[in-house]
Amino acid sequence: MNAADLLILVVDENRIRASIIEAGLREAGHERVVLISEMQGLLRRIEEIGPDVIIVDLENPNRDLVEHLSAISSAIRRPVAMFVDQSDHDMMAAAIGAGVSAYVVDGLRQDRVKAILDMAIARFRAYSRLKDELEETRAALEDRKVMDRAKAILIRSRGLTEEEAHHLIRRTAMSQSRRMADVARAIVSTADLLLGDQE
Amino acid sequence: MSEKPRIRLGFMPLLDAAIPIVAAEMGFADRRGIAIDLVRESSWANIRDRLAIGHFEAAHALAPMPIAAALGLTPFEAPLIAPMMLGLGGNAITVSESLWGHMRSVAPEARVNDPRDMGRALKAAIAARAAGGLAPLVFAVVHPYSSHNYELRYWLAACGIDPDRDIRIAIVPPPFMPDALASGRIDGFCVGEPWNTRAARLASGCIILTKAAIWHNSPEKALALNAGWAAQKPDIAHALLVAVLEAAQWCEAVENRAQLAEILGRPDRLDVPATDLLPALRGQLGMADGLEHAVPDMLVFAANQANMPWKDHALWYLAQMRRWGQTDPGPAEVARVTAAFRPDLYREAAKALGASAPRSDLQPVSEPGEIEGTAGVLHYAPSAFFDDSRFDPAAFVATCERAG
Repeated sequence: MNAADLLILVVDENRIRASIIEAGLREAGHERVVLISEMQGLLRRIEEIGPDVIIVDLENPNRDLVEHLSAISSAIRRPVAMFVDQSDHDMMAAAIGAGVSAYVVDGLRQDRVKAILDMAIARFRAYSRLKDELEETRAALEDRKVMDRAKAILIRSRGLTEEEAHHLIRRTAMSQSRRMADVARAIVSTADLLLGDQE
Repeated sequence: MSEKPRIRLGFMPLLDAAIPIVAAEMGFADRRGIAIDLVRESSWANIRDRLAIGHFEAAHALAPMPIAAALGLTPFEAPLIAPMMLGLGGNAITVSESLWGHMRSVAPEARVNDPRDMGRALKAAIAARAAGGLAPLVFAVVHPYSSHNYELRYWLAACGIDPDRDIRIAIVPPPFMPDALASGRIDGFCVGEPWNTRAARLASGCIILTKAAIWHNSPEKALALNAGWAAQKPDIAHALLVAVLEAAQWCEAVENRAQLAEILGRPDRLDVPATDLLPALRGQLGMADGLEHAVPDMLVFAANQANMPWKDHALWYLAQMRRWGQTDPGPAEVARVTAAFRPDLYREAAKALGASAPRSDLQPVSEPGEIEGTAGVLHYAPSAFFDDSRFDPAAFVATCERAG
C-alpha cells in the first residue's frame, strides 16, 4: 500500500480547522480523507470508517474515547497513539504544543505516516496563528471604535477639537503608563456613568 | 524578593479536583512560597500527555494513571509519581429512567445504594433483555485505566454479571455523561460527582449506587507529578505537597463546604451551579428511589488518612488491570508500579504540618483499629469491599512472580 492510499480520519469539531487539515492532506496527495465534526456516535462512526490514521485535536474531550478503541477487544483494527517510538520526544512535544494528537492502526509503520503528522502540526499552528491574528484585528478595531467615542465625548463636553482630544488622551496615557485605548475606555465608561449614554 | 516558583497543575472538572483548586485559590500555595497555575483540561489523555512533556508539573489524575505510566501503557515514556491521594470515594453509578423502571419491575424490593440488591436487580433486567433479544446495555466510564472502570467491573462481577459479555463498557468524558444518558446512547455510567447529580437533575438519571457502598474508604484521584521534575525540584515539590495537604484539611472541614461549592462552581473551574455540588459535599444524595440518602463517606477529603498513597491500593489497581486483560505483570512491573506510589513524600509533607502519618506503606489492619503513626497512634478504617472479600497484596505479588 502506498502512503497516499491511507484512509485518514480527521476528528475536529472546528470545521474550519478540519477543512484546513483536509486541504493539506489532499495537497500532499491523500485522496482518502474523512472529516468528522459531529461527535454524536463517534465510536460507531470510527468503527464503520476503519481509518488507518486518526487525527484528533487536543481540545476534543473525545480523545479518551478514541484511545479506548485500542483497549476494547471488539475493535477489529486497533488504533494506537503515534510516538510509541519513544525516541520521538520532540515530535510529540511539537504535536501536543500545536494542539493535535494522532493515532495509527496497529502494525502500520509509523515512519510512513510521519509526514502526515508533520503536515497536521504545521496546519494546526497556521490555524492558531490565523486565529490570533484575527483576534488582534478584532481587538484593534474595537480600540479604534472606543477611541472615536472617547474623542467625541471630549469634543462635546470640553469643547475640544478632535486633534486636541487625541492629544489629551495620549498625554494622559503617557503620564499614567497606560494604553491609549484603556484611557479611552475609562473616559467612555465614566461618561456612561455620569451622563448616561447620550449617543 | 525573587519571583515565586510557578507550578502548572492540570485538572478535570470534577468535585474531587477541589483540593488542588483550593490550594491555589485559598492562599495555601502562596503561604508555602509557590504559585499554582490551574489549567482546566478536556480529557484525561491531555492531562497525561501534558504531564509527560512538561506542560504540567502536577495534575489531578486518575489513580491508575501513574500505574499505567509505570507499565509503559501510555504513548510515551514519562514516569509519574503519586505522592498524595486527593480523597476517598466521590463516584456513583447512575442509570437511565427506563433501565431503573425495568430494574424496579423485576426486583421491586431491591434497596437503592445496596450493592447486592442493585446487582440482583440489574442482573434480572439484563436476563430479561437477553431473553427478549434486545441489545446489551451500555455502561460508560471515563477512561479504561480508571477507578470507575474497575469498581464498576468489580461490582458487576461480584453480582454474577460478566462486564465483557453481559453488557458493553464505553468511554464518555465526565461532563458529557448527562447528555449521553438523556439521548439514550448509554444506559448507565459510573462517574465522579457532580455528574451523577447533574444527570439526575437534567436528564432524569437515577443514581443507584455510590462508590462508598461498593468499596468503602477507597482511593480515587491522585496528585500526580512528573517524576523527573519532582526529582529535580524536590523542595518545590515538597512545598506543593504541604500546600495541597493543608488544602485537603480545609476542604474536609464541614463549615467550609458552602464556600467550597461556590469556588468550585465558577465558570473557569467546574462551571456548574453550587447547588449541584452540595449534595455530594454534604453527603446527602438524591437517589433513584426519590429519597435523599445520607452517604456520610460520599467524598472524604482528608479524614481517615484519605491522602495517604497506600501501596496496596496501587497493587489492587494492578490486579484489576491484570484481571481484565489490560496487562500481564511480572516482578519487574510490580516493582515499578509500587515505586510510583510515594508514601515517603506524603509523610514528609504531613510532618511539615505536624500531622501524624501511617508508618506502614501497606494498610496495616483489615478492620477499623489503631495503627502506628509517625507522630502518635492513629485510628484507621481500611478500605472494605461490599462482598467482604479481601485483597491480599502479598498473594497477588506472589502470583505475578510466578508469571514472570
